Amino acid sequence: MIAIVERAMNVRLGVLVLCSVILLALPAQAMRIKVVTSPKGITGWLIESPTVPLFSLSFTFRGGGAALDPAGKEGLADFISSLLDEGAGSLDAQAFQAKLENNSIRMRFSAGADYFSGSIRALTEYQSLAGDLLHMALTQPRFDAEPVARIRAQYLSSVRRRVERPGYSARRAWKRAIFKDHAYGRDLDGTKASFKAIVVGDLKKFVATRFARDKLIVAAVGDISETEFGQMMDRAFGDLPAHGATKTLPEAKISGAGKVIVTERDIPQSVAVFGHGGIKRDHPDYYAATMVNYVLGGGGLTSRLATEIREKRGLAYSVYSRLVTMKHAGLITGRVATANARIAESIALIREQWAKIAKFGITAEELRDTKSYLTGSFFTRLNSTRRVAGLLVSIQLHGMGIDYLERRNQLINAVSLDDVRRVARQLFKPEDLTFSIVGRPKGVKPRP
Amino acid sequence: MKVIDFFKAKPRLWRRFLGVCAFAGFSLILALGARAAVFNPKTFTLNNGLKVVVIENHRMPVVRQMLFYRVGSADDPPGKSGLAHYLEHLMFKGTKTTKPNEFSKIVARNGGRDNAFTSSDATGYYQTVARDRLELVMRMEADRMANLVVDPKEAAPELKVVVEERRSRTDNRPAAQLEEQMAAALFLIYPYRIPIIGWKHELEKLTLADAMGFYRKYYAPNNAVLVVTGDITIDQVRPLAVKYYGPIPRGPKITRRSNLMEPPQRAARRVVLRSKRVREPRWYRDYVAPSRGQGHGRLADALEVLDVILGTGATSRLYRALVIEKKLALSVGSYYDADMLGPTSFGIYARPKQGVTWEVLEAAIEAELAKLLDHGVTEAEVKAAKKRLLAGAIFARDSLRRGASAIGTALTTGQTINDVENWPDQIKKVTPGEILKAAQEVFRVERSVTGLLLPAEEAGAAAKKRAAKADGSHKGEGK
Repeated sequence: MIAIVERAMNVRLGVLVLCSVILLALPAQAMRIKVVTSPKGITGWLIESPTVPLFSLSFTFRGGGAALDPAGKEGLADFISSLLDEGAGSLDAQAFQAKLENNSIRMRFSAGADYFSGSIRALTEYQSLAGDLLHMALTQPRFDAEPVARIRAQYLSSVRRRVERPGYSARRAWKRAIFKDHAYGRDLDGTKASFKAIVVGDLKKFVATRFARDKLIVAAVGDISETEFGQMMDRAFGDLPAHGATKTLPEAKISGAGKVIVTERDIPQSVAVFGHGGIKRDHPDYYAATMVNYVLGGGGLTSRLATEIREKRGLAYSVYSRLVTMKHAGLITGRVATANARIAESIALIREQWAKIAKFGITAEELRDTKSYLTGSFFTRLNSTRRVAGLLVSIQLHGMGIDYLERRNQLINAVSLDDVRRVARQLFKPEDLTFSIVGRPKGVKPRP
Repeated sequence: MKVIDFFKAKPRLWRRFLGVCAFAGFSLILALGARAAVFNPKTFTLNNGLKVVVIENHRMPVVRQMLFYRVGSADDPPGKSGLAHYLEHLMFKGTKTTKPNEFSKIVARNGGRDNAFTSSDATGYYQTVARDRLELVMRMEADRMANLVVDPKEAAPELKVVVEERRSRTDNRPAAQLEEQMAAALFLIYPYRIPIIGWKHELEKLTLADAMGFYRKYYAPNNAVLVVTGDITIDQVRPLAVKYYGPIPRGPKITRRSNLMEPPQRAARRVVLRSKRVREPRWYRDYVAPSRGQGHGRLADALEVLDVILGTGATSRLYRALVIEKKLALSVGSYYDADMLGPTSFGIYARPKQGVTWEVLEAAIEAELAKLLDHGVTEAEVKAAKKRLLAGAIFARDSLRRGASAIGTALTTGQTINDVENWPDQIKKVTPGEILKAAQEVFRVERSVTGLLLPAEEAGAAAKKRAAKADGSHKGEGK
């Protein structure tokens, strides 16, 4: 049957956060960003691109993420993200879905650890309708009994099912070891108990307190003019409350150093998640760290981990490392999957390569090639309005400035060999590597 | 990924595109517009038979080269399943002038990204680069079409990589194992019954000589399609194609599987996989269905519209009946891919709610199918489904890869560029009567396999069954 098997699982370099990918000289026109303020005073960024009669709108609410879910109600933000389009205003669940489907308006919501986000993609002619539907979803979700029960049942099933995936279990155990009592270490995608505990009151409170104008970041790309964008922002967000909840989290202290956690499971291939603390997005060494990681395990099949573990020894199909930057934590983490009999070898190679890069850094040639990739490949990824809109939101979210796209190359190229050597030494700590393995890993001793 | 999207989205996503970087659907969802034209491709053919297609997209100074070979896993020689895919891996292991594993490194240091894929009917290699690097990737791709050289010391670990890949995709995942077994049961002869990654015992024995034989037979310009899309014109592509691909000699003529026919299917099949790794049961049914590659374009158009009406999204018939009204399923949907060279399948999948047996779920789904076969579909349903399909075509123009994928897939599954470009007009012509006829043709249980993914039986239940059998008793199996 039609099925496709790919050579390399492309790992998105830090896709959840404005990523390490970097930009080549873009033609000013293709990426000309306009700052638009709507009649009601909402500000958003816009790139007009009328070639195809469609547009994408992307938005994020700061402080709306899953890590802020109340204790005992984990998964609340995620639950909300699935319920907003299940009935709002005068439209019940089926009627709302029909409006979306019949007009091919793709509306999505998602709850990350730190932020609640959403997007719309629609044909130009449905700008008004899309804005109205988004407005209804954000301000008047119905939370009727039928859809709440239905979606709750789906989540409960998902909770039961996710332990079928060894990678999920490996990462869960790893995060608990790394974050310990911090909110980031909780089951942000909920538990059986938490989904049973969430009531409609919780859902309504979430919407009333986390969707607010002072938390909103928005952008649009495509066949939409400044005036139309302003109208859409007012339509969708105009009567959100001015201020949202200001609860925040402490900075995470990273634990787990050196632990090896083994979760026994009868599967032929062990899956190992590994890593330790890193830096955050706004750290001055962010670009240098990205480059070291690219050489180590971020560069797809060209990385050192892939070369040693996959190309030379055939130990794995996929092995990678990446930077994860969150609001209150930074991490360097990766994953590998190898047959039970040989996973110990993969782990040993990961430790070895980690130590090597910490001690010796990367070569001048590697630095040059990395810069060339990071500058050159950036806009090869920006090939849909949805992605570009997401990028504009990210730039605003991280305060990188409207001229970021122009400055990016220079930021990359400014990193010196001394910088990367220092950062490799400071940041990549083989002795701090925490491993979490699921399977029957032969010859791997747990280290509690 | 959101739960709700997972449940509403097409299910066997892993089978269509694996990994993060993937093709979002080979269904030819195409443009709504004043003209029927969709991607407006331009084309020429080199003397050595290489067909070249150019799709312009000037939004960004980026181009994507995609080279498709008209050979896929369904062309694996008997006893050597996994060969087409293994060769795909080996294509990165060097040529006369490029060192092993250098291909991707060179692309990366030129600011590009690259990958490859193997499907049942095609093998594809692609790169996305800034427009001024197109010449580089064309040169390199042409080079490995003609000059692949693989050291046995490279081939051996790469076979291990493929075995690990199989472990990740299939051996570690009961659902994938079930789907593999279902495919083998659905087709009696047609080689879609063979997994793309290969059966483990055959895969492990593949040799470099096997792969090179396959390469020499199939990897030739007359058996390939080159698609270039992005900030480029046909006048810019032509001289590069002539310069780099032109000198490659024509290969042997290939006739693809023309003598392969499924015998009549007369018996419904059921495949049950129990595993203690399964927490939540799943139900699947695949019916053999006509494809565009077989020349059944009109039927395929009708089935694509039916797929939307029956099982795509929350307002589809199956979702409304099974999930909302009868509350028997957590999720349900349908799946149909028309763009295959051989017979394809029309699939339905569902997850029962907790406490609902699969027998009840199956009966309810079959009741919906019976209703469809008795009463057909309404004009309103057809109109709404067509609108959605046609809108999808505009969305397909929002990225570089969709157009190139659609064209490449069509040209490697027995279709033409005109088939792609005329698709919107064809869809517009589909009538409720045609949909009913197509459904009556396809939904015959003797031409299907039903798959069940179940948790392991409890020890007590299994023992009771054995005891009951042993003493010849037919009294219930104990609850």
